[in-house]
This record gives sequence, C-alpha cells and structure tokens, in this order.
Amino acid sequence: MSFTRRFAAHPGALIGLLLLAAVLFIAAFAGLLYPGDPWQSVGPPLLPPGGDPLYPLGTDLLGRDIAAGLAHGARVSLLIGVISTMAAVLVGVVLGAIAGFFGGWVDDLLMRFTEFFQTIPAFAMAVVLVAIFTPSITSITGAIAIVSWPPVARLVRAEFMSLKSREFVQAAVTLGQRPLRIMFSQILPNTMSPIIVTASLMVATAILTESSLSFLGLGDRNMMSWGYMIGAARTMLREAWWLSVFPGVAILLTVIAINLIGEGLNDAVNPHLRGRKD
Amino acid sequence: MSELLSIRDLTVPLPATADRRYAVEGLSYDLAMNEILCIVGESGSGKSMTANAIMGLLPPNMRPERGEILFQGQDLLKLSEPALESMRGRQIGMIFQEPLSALNPLMTVGDQIEEVMLVHKVGDAAGRRARVLELLDFVGLPDPKSLRDAYPFRLSGGQRQRVVIAMALALEPALLIADEPTTALDVTTQAQILDLIRRVQRDKGMGVMFITHDFGVVADIADRVVVMEKGLIVEQGTVDQVLNRPQHPYTRRLIAAVPHGEGRQNQVAQGRPIIETRNLKKTYRSGGGLFSAPREVRALAGVSLQLHAGETLGIVGESGSGKSTLGRAIMKLMSVDSGQILFRGQDLVPLSPSQFRPMRRHIQMVFQDPFASLNPRQTIGRILTDGPVANGISHASAAAKARELLSMVGLAENAFDRYPHEFSGGQRQRVGIARALMLDPEVLVADESVSALDVSVQAQVLQLLKSLQERLNLAIIFITHDLRVAAQVCDRIGVMCQGELVEEGPSAQIFDNPTHPYTQKLIAAIPGRNWDPTTSLTERVDA
Repeated sequence: MSFTRRFAAHPGALIGLLLLAAVLFIAAFAGLLYPGDPWQSVGPPLLPPGGDPLYPLGTDLLGRDIAAGLAHGARVSLLIGVISTMAAVLVGVVLGAIAGFFGGWVDDLLMRFTEFFQTIPAFAMAVVLVAIFTPSITSITGAIAIVSWPPVARLVRAEFMSLKSREFVQAAVTLGQRPLRIMFSQILPNTMSPIIVTASLMVATAILTESSLSFLGLGDRNMMSWGYMIGAARTMLREAWWLSVFPGVAILLTVIAINLIGEGLNDAVNPHLRGRKD
Repeated sequence: MSELLSIRDLTVPLPATADRRYAVEGLSYDLAMNEILCIVGESGSGKSMTANAIMGLLPPNMRPERGEILFQGQDLLKLSEPALESMRGRQIGMIFQEPLSALNPLMTVGDQIEEVMLVHKVGDAAGRRARVLELLDFVGLPDPKSLRDAYPFRLSGGQRQRVVIAMALALEPALLIADEPTTALDVTTQAQILDLIRRVQRDKGMGVMFITHDFGVVADIADRVVVMEKGLIVEQGTVDQVLNRPQHPYTRRLIAAVPHGEGRQNQVAQGRPIIETRNLKKTYRSGGGLFSAPREVRALAGVSLQLHAGETLGIVGESGSGKSTLGRAIMKLMSVDSGQILFRGQDLVPLSPSQFRPMRRHIQMVFQDPFASLNPRQTIGRILTDGPVANGISHASAAAKARELLSMVGLAENAFDRYPHEFSGGQRQRVGIARALMLDPEVLVADESVSALDVSVQAQVLQLLKSLQERLNLAIIFITHDLRVAAQVCDRIGVMCQGELVEEGPSAQIFDNPTHPYTQKLIAAIPGRNWDPTTSLTERVDA
C-alpha cells in the first residue's frame, strides 16, 4: 500500500488534517477576514457571544473582537510552532548525526552537552531565556527551539548508530565516499521517517509552550496570541467565560489536530507497527 | 507400515496481494511411524506451510481452503482449539530454526523443559525434575545437574538446540516436526544435531518431519523425500530414488546446483602476490569496568596469507573463527592491533582513512546480505554510480559503465532506474557484485556473499563470479562457512580456527588429505559427504 493510502486509512489523521487545514486557512486569511488591528476596540466591552451578529464570539474587557483575536492569534501560534520546530530539528539532526556517526569522544562530548540541556526543566529555561532577551517573537521562537532540540539529537544519534553498521553504509565506505557524503546521502534519508514524526509532534508542544509563555505575560506585545488572550481573561473567568474558553478551544483543537496527524504519519511510515491495532 | 500423518489435498490460499494464488496447493503425502520424511524446497516453496498448519501457526489471514491433515486418523483441521492445544507438545513436538529465540532468556533451561510437562499436567514435581535430568542427559548435554539451572545465554548454539530438542521430547510425542533445525548452526554442530535427531528417532520410534533446503542434510538423514516448488509437490519418493534417480526437471536442476567438492582446476600462482598479510593480529575487548577485567576475544592471532592475481583464495571457518574479521581488516573497515597488509608491496595498516581513500577502488567487497547491502532509498543507478563519482569520474561516463555492468551481471538495462525492493535476493546480489566492479578493482573480498541465497541462485552467482574473474583477472578472497561452496570455487583454501590460519593449501589437497585435526573434523562434518550429486545426474543422461 502506498504512503498516502496508509495515511488516508487512518480516520483520526484525516480529521486532524481537516482541522489543521481550517486553522491554516484562518491564519492565512486573517488579514482579509478581520482587516485592521486585533488590538483595536471595535464594539461595546464584554459583549457575550451571539449578542451581536457582527461579533459572533463576543468582545473582551476593552471591546476587542474575540474572533479577530483568534484569527490573528492562529498566525502567531503556527508561525512560532513551525519555525521553532524547524530550528530545533536542524540543530538536533546536525548534533545527533555527528555524535552517532563519529562516536567515541565526539559522541561523549556532544551527549554530555545535550544532557546539560535535558537536566534543566524545559519550560523554566524557556521562561528565563525569554525574560533575559526581552519578549519578542524572535526570542520566543529561539527559546522554544533551544529547549526542544535535545530529544531530536538523541533520536538521530540512535538512528545513525544503528545505520552506520549496516552493510550499505559500509559499502559506501569501501567505495571511497567521504564521511560527510555518507552521512547526508546514505544515512540521513533513511532516518527521515522518525524525524518527521517527531517533528510533527514537536510543533504541537511548541504551540503549547508559546501559549504558556504568553499566559505568563511573556508574549510578544505586538502580536495577538491565544495564550495572551487566556492570560488576560483569567481574572474574569466567572463573569465572562467566553474570553478564555474560545482561545482555549482553539489551542486544544490545533494541538489535537497536529497530534492526530503525527500519529497518522507514524502509522503510515511504520506499517509494521500497525499490526497491533488490526 | 502404519501411517502416522496423512496430508490429503491440503490447499492454503495466499492473501490477494501475493504473487501466486496458493501457498500450497493439493498437497498429499504420508509420514509413517519410525521414519524421517524430508521436505525440501527453496525459499517461498511452501515447505514450512504444512508444519505451520499442523501446529496451528498459520497467520490469521491464511486458512486452509480444502484438504485434511490426518494425524493418527483424526483431522487436525476439524479439531477444536482446546483439543489441539492438548495435542501440541504432548503428541506433536516441534523444533525451530533459531534456538535462541525459541527459548525464554529469563528462565533456566530446567524450568523451561519442566514447563512443557506442567502445561500438560503430567507427573508430580519430583517426577518432573527427575525427567528433566533424564532428558538433558538423553540429548547429550554434559553435567545435567548444573546445566538445569543455567540460563540460555550461557549455552552455545548447539547446546541450545539440544535443549529445544529436549523440550520437544519431554512428553514423548509420536510426531516430531523440525523446521530447518540446523540452518543456524556451524557445520560440526550441525553434524552432531543431525546425529542426535536420528538417534532420538530410532530410540523412540517416532515419525520425524524434517524441513530443510540443504540436499546434503537430506542425504544424511532422510528415509523419504518430498520436493516442493512454488507450493506444489514436484516429486516424492525414497531418498535413493529422489537423490540418485531424480525424475522431475526441477529436482534435477536443484541437485545440479548443489555445490560439490570438486570441479575446479587449481591454478598455480606465480609472481608477486597482489595482496599479502603478515602476522595480522586483532583482539576485541569489550566491557570491563572498575572492578572487572575486560572480556577479550582473539579474532586474528597472527594471520599470514598471500593472494595472486586471477586466483581465488577461500577462507573457511565456523562462526567466531575470525574469518569475517580478516575480510574487514583487509578492507580497512576496522583497525588491526599489529601486522602488515601489503597491497602491491605497500603496507596499508599505517595509512589514515583519508590517505587510504584513493586506494580503496583497488580493493572492493561483495557483502553477505543482499537485502541490507543496498540503500533502500536509492535507485540501482545511483547505487552503482556513487562509487565512481566519489572517485572523480564524471556522472555520464559512470552511468554508461553502470549500464554496461548491469548487462554483464545478467540484469536488464531498465534496472538502472529501479529501486532495490523491486528485485529478488539473487538479483540484488548481482547488483552488489556490479557495484564492486564499477571501480575496476584488482582484489575482490566476498564475505559470505552467497550464503543468504537459495541453492539454484547460489550456483548462478558463483558461476557469474567465476566468469567475471576469468574476464577481469580478479584476485578473490572468498570467505564462507560452507566447505562445499569453497571447494567448488577456490584455487586455494585457508582454514581458520579461533583466529588462526590452521591449514592452507590447494583445494584438492585440503579436501583429500587434510593434515590439521580441525580441518579433518570440518571435512568429516560436511552434510551428505557420502553422496555425490554429480553421479545421479550423469547416470540419468546415460540412460
């Protein structure tokens, strides 16, 4: 069975894909759907959902449109999630590949370095990093990338270690290929499936971390974000539930969507693992 | 003779995606008490299918479509699962190919044998323990009392297989099924296990169904033989009929492909050797901490050998003899502790990887496993051209050469753009050979390069290597555990044992007049040594 058919055979993955496509659509067309600044007061404050057809999800304390905030927040969440994951994967793959391929003291050195990052609680380190570098979209993305690369490095190292003793890699050595070329043209393509699966799940974690940072007031002041919306609404939880519930649901659905896709990818690229469900 | 087992018209369909409709079709044969029936066939012939059907080990999507398996008059396919469960182990015992995975690593061997009796609620605790000792002794294991409390990892492969046999015999079954029980074992161990199975069979008067791909083993052990091809029985009869007067063309082809200990005219090598090792030493050290000494294994204990252009040197030995280490050392895939490897007089040992890289093209390797030695993500064309490109040859001329070599190794030219998974094991091994030849090497190291192949494919690949050698004047180091293959293709043979080259000489001399006791033991253990496959075929031609 082809990859697409295996993926499509997974109903959860299709639901995830649809959800994510919807979020992507909203993020991409946020400027068209809700032109203007989401921080702008547009209506009466604390309008409950359904109170005014112009503001279907209601307005917040300062009369800002919740729906507009959600649409613009989707941009920030996805942007930070994707870019920080790409950066983390890049760092993790390079360090893991070098450690796994060369072994010996290089491996020892790189793995102790990785463990240094793994021993510090990830979120605490992210908070500290963002606080030091002043909250901005760059510093948040960077902080998330810095705390999330170690698992990738570990994974890639393990894959490289097992693949480098395989006969086709040894064949490349005997043909006279250079180590760098062996790493990137022989071994790396064979490690792509687990990397892609891990990366898809890391996007979800990154979105959660960004929301948590914004909730604590460490978000980018110029960007509307789901985490910020929940954080700002937490004092009014009982009076105006819609302020925190809608961004909360947005985070929930996006993270679930990405997790479902990751799960589907995992099953599609590792067909032999599917037997446990059949 | 009373029939113990009768298979009647057994037909098992394959899933719809498979390349043929039936795993086995219209299978009918009988097994009497007190006889050994060998089921022979190449991989994919369906030879293990009946055994699996008898033991209820068929995958859930493969149910027998029609036919019956009559065991002592009862149709096993119609029995309920509980009835079958009480029959397995008690009346039908099974021995598997890989003894290590057939044993539970966390249980002592005594407990595992006892468990068989416990499951079937046989005897009391004291009686079972006494029976375990009796069984361990019966299968020829030394010191049963202490062995009973040993864990499987402490035993050698042959000892483990003996334990598996003891388990299968615990309840004195009437039928013993052995599925390739000696394939994973060394040749001397194989000879012992075959002896044991034969002795057990005679002592207990059991019927044994012995599944194998090796005609040598058949010649040694079988009373009657069933030959299978693609799910069908092509021939069955007594061992003498099938081996010495085969009727069906497929059987004749298989027997013709069986490697036999003669045929090669030994060339007398002259001049300077192209490659030479002097006193090569390598010791593996593993483990060892603050309080324990590291474990040391001597893989090469001073190996010296010479190889001339156009000559094939066979390196023969059992697992752990250091023969693969020797090959990998010559390829510089691993370092050696001391000694010299001279290529055209230049010592390779002190060269750094980057100094040696430009010389690699002269010494190439054909690997063992055709499924692991080709990168699954690259096309055959890419696999073949990678080597020349890495050595500074333009992509276009490398591609032209690749197409030329593909036809030289007997593959279609359109293989160039296809991926390895589209090819069979034998075809992949041809790709592996083509890859090694892309760089016009002078020395080829073939490490168990035909061991993973079926006997008919093996014969083709050996033929290919031989013709390529003649055309290109290659020097080949042929590493193998199979003495019959070595005898067929090698000019000279070196026998390795525990890291030492104990004997070396022309193939004929090694076979006819082995001087070292270890070589003598190896030669004596070759399965089917009393049967000469060439006579059966020539007789037929005369008739």
